[in-house]
Amino acid sequence: MAVAKSEGQKSPGIEANGQATPVANFSKDEELTAYRTMLTIRRFEEKAGQMYGMGLIGGFCHLYIGQEAVVVGMQMTLKKGDEVITGYRDHGHMIATGMDPKGVMAELTGRTHGYSKGKGGSMHMFSVEKGFFGGHGIVGAQVPIGTGLAFANRYRGNDNISLTYFGDGAANQGQVYESFNMAELWKLPVIYVIENNRYAMGTSSSRSSAETNLSRRGLSFKIPGEQVDGMDVRAVKAAGSKAAEWCRAGKGPYILEMLTYRYRGHSMSDPAKYRTREEVEEVRSHHDPIDMARARIIEKKFAKEDELKKIDVEVRDLINQASEFATHDPEPDASELWTNVYR
Amino acid sequence: MPTEVLMPALSPTMEKGNLAKWLKKEGDAIKSGDIIAEIETDKATMEFEATEDGTLGKILIPEGTADVAVNTPIAVILGDGEDKSSIKDAKPAPQAKPAAARSEKAEAKSETKPAPKSAPAKQAPETKVAADPDIPEGTEMVTMTMREALRDAMAEEMRRDKDVFVMGEEVAEYQGAYKVTQGLLQEFGDKRIIDTPITEHGFAGLGIGAALAGLKPIVEFMTFNFAMQAMDQLINSAAKTLYMSGGQMGCQIVFRGPNGPAARVAAQHSQDYSSWYSHIPGLKVITPSNAADAKGLLKAAIRDLNPVIFLENELLYGHSSPVPKLDDFVLPIGKARIARAGNDVTIVAWSMGMKYAMEAADELAKDGIDAEVIDLRTLKPMDTDTIVASVQKTGRCVTVEEGWAQSGVGAEIAARLMERAFDYLDAPVARVTGKEVPMPYAANLEKLALPSTAEVVEAAKAVSYR
Repeated sequence: MAVAKSEGQKSPGIEANGQATPVANFSKDEELTAYRTMLTIRRFEEKAGQMYGMGLIGGFCHLYIGQEAVVVGMQMTLKKGDEVITGYRDHGHMIATGMDPKGVMAELTGRTHGYSKGKGGSMHMFSVEKGFFGGHGIVGAQVPIGTGLAFANRYRGNDNISLTYFGDGAANQGQVYESFNMAELWKLPVIYVIENNRYAMGTSSSRSSAETNLSRRGLSFKIPGEQVDGMDVRAVKAAGSKAAEWCRAGKGPYILEMLTYRYRGHSMSDPAKYRTREEVEEVRSHHDPIDMARARIIEKKFAKEDELKKIDVEVRDLINQASEFATHDPEPDASELWTNVYR
Repeated sequence: MPTEVLMPALSPTMEKGNLAKWLKKEGDAIKSGDIIAEIETDKATMEFEATEDGTLGKILIPEGTADVAVNTPIAVILGDGEDKSSIKDAKPAPQAKPAAARSEKAEAKSETKPAPKSAPAKQAPETKVAADPDIPEGTEMVTMTMREALRDAMAEEMRRDKDVFVMGEEVAEYQGAYKVTQGLLQEFGDKRIIDTPITEHGFAGLGIGAALAGLKPIVEFMTFNFAMQAMDQLINSAAKTLYMSGGQMGCQIVFRGPNGPAARVAAQHSQDYSSWYSHIPGLKVITPSNAADAKGLLKAAIRDLNPVIFLENELLYGHSSPVPKLDDFVLPIGKARIARAGNDVTIVAWSMGMKYAMEAADELAKDGIDAEVIDLRTLKPMDTDTIVASVQKTGRCVTVEEGWAQSGVGAEIAARLMERAFDYLDAPVARVTGKEVPMPYAANLEKLALPSTAEVVEAAKAVSYR
């Protein structure tokens, strides 16, 4: 298992790879499925970036490129009825839960068949069917809500869990600790997945956090936590399974700090002057979750180059269809302005 | 000299209490700090300590006596060498001195916040539930306090729907900081009546999450002053999620608790949030002034599919009024009630404002001005039709609220009347509001900061050119 370290984090992946990091032993099917989903998220986000540049997507748009292994690995630990909730960097989570890229992209373009009928946008999408509870634009606000989802599971006496994602920035919000306290006090089945991509907007965690090992943030609430190589989907899956088992057994919450990295800026308008090009390049070339998965698949002979190319083409087609759909889907009818305020 | 022990005021709103139990009997030796009696206030049963050494000479008020007024002598303590024959000379004990001193000395074992303090500055309005069209004719009425009506509403809804639960600070073991949830823990257990840590932002968000997952939480704020800590969750999460999800995911939740100025608790604990919440699309805001409305509207709020802000008033909790004895008394949200019919001037009020409005109407009647009083009951959605219809008849309107004037509910009513009844107005709409200052502590200043019956009378006369 990825080992919790008392020192502050270094480059994601490096430490965990340097140690005997427990990783899930993926079957051929798991490797290929994870590869395909991570690639789908990557291509989706690249396309969203292009469409933003073309003026088809407005407002804030936070891309998930680089962090794909986190949601894909965690999703592999879930079962029907489990809930997922996150902040505003949410496109990857939606695709991982199985939401239709067409509906997500059409929401980004603000169109009729977007998941929120065009009224939510990039940061506010939901799917009752897929157990995705948003998409929350206020940093940290999803944490008590995700804790409440877990509360509902406990109230109903089922063994479902809530996967509550937030970032290293949100980890400094007070309501996170109010939630930790209640979650442990009432033994709520929630996994707090801290996606530590090292920058809260433009502020590095060492400049914003007195304790940069965020897996320790639950210590005074007696919540167990560990750091995980968030660039390796197998490590994520292994840690996620252990945490999920803990929660389903009624032992209360669990914290997983995913050491990860975002390649793009905080949002589309971020020039990312707060870090060096070399730093980004280092992670991209040595720790990319998709490249690593691809290399493993070839090495283990789970698939040949041409079979992987076929997946690449299928994913590209899927994303092209989504963008095509989202470009031509009509804007919501003016009458939609007044609907869904109350029910 | 023998000293009298007086009935203490053990909460900001206490005017009288029940002498539940004597823990000492006549002739017992008493040391300062001994618990001598249990006194039931409007909020809790409290232990009452002696502040003198001596002997309990005589019990003046036997245990089990109800409604003992604050400052009534309840016992006499004899000093060294004194006997019963000296009782007739008894003088009040030190703890019976003015309010501030008393609250420190007569240390009741209470953790109720705000701290125990002097007698109230205001009394509850004498609102009468008259001819409500929502109550079938001939219905038997039962008199109960607003506190009991609210509790009954929650209990009834919890009996009919297992997804309804109550959470908040001190709602369970303590029986409610203002006793509104009294007895609920005993009936429903700790799975459904849940004490939270003091963590408003956190438990508001947690409640919203539970609601998004399909449960129906009733979240109590000890007072709405503390809900400011949770404002982001109330507005950004509770009110907006339905819209932002294109109607997919909504939030059936009630946030309730006392709102508005209490008595002598100063600026941070005395504020009216009526206009704050009624500004927000996606929220419904309810502000009952009497027990029947409290019950019927709270039941409606719990069943409503939307987030509802239910603004109660601490000073009204102990006020009794008739409540219809019906198996399932539910009032419609968004409907005002004509509390008093009249032809000359319309007075619009809600919650505590109804006290001033109804008293003013009585005063005005003496001067031959026949006021119509509208109890708005729900602020959002606002029953504009009822206000407009009344003003079309009277041509004049006065609004009454404890909140501040700028961007207040009165300002909104005035604007709506300008939009929809401009040609019917014979005078500009007048607003009676709280003064635009933080609430002062001093009794005289607090009184000045609040709206008053006299101000409503004056405003009504002004718009009547009298």
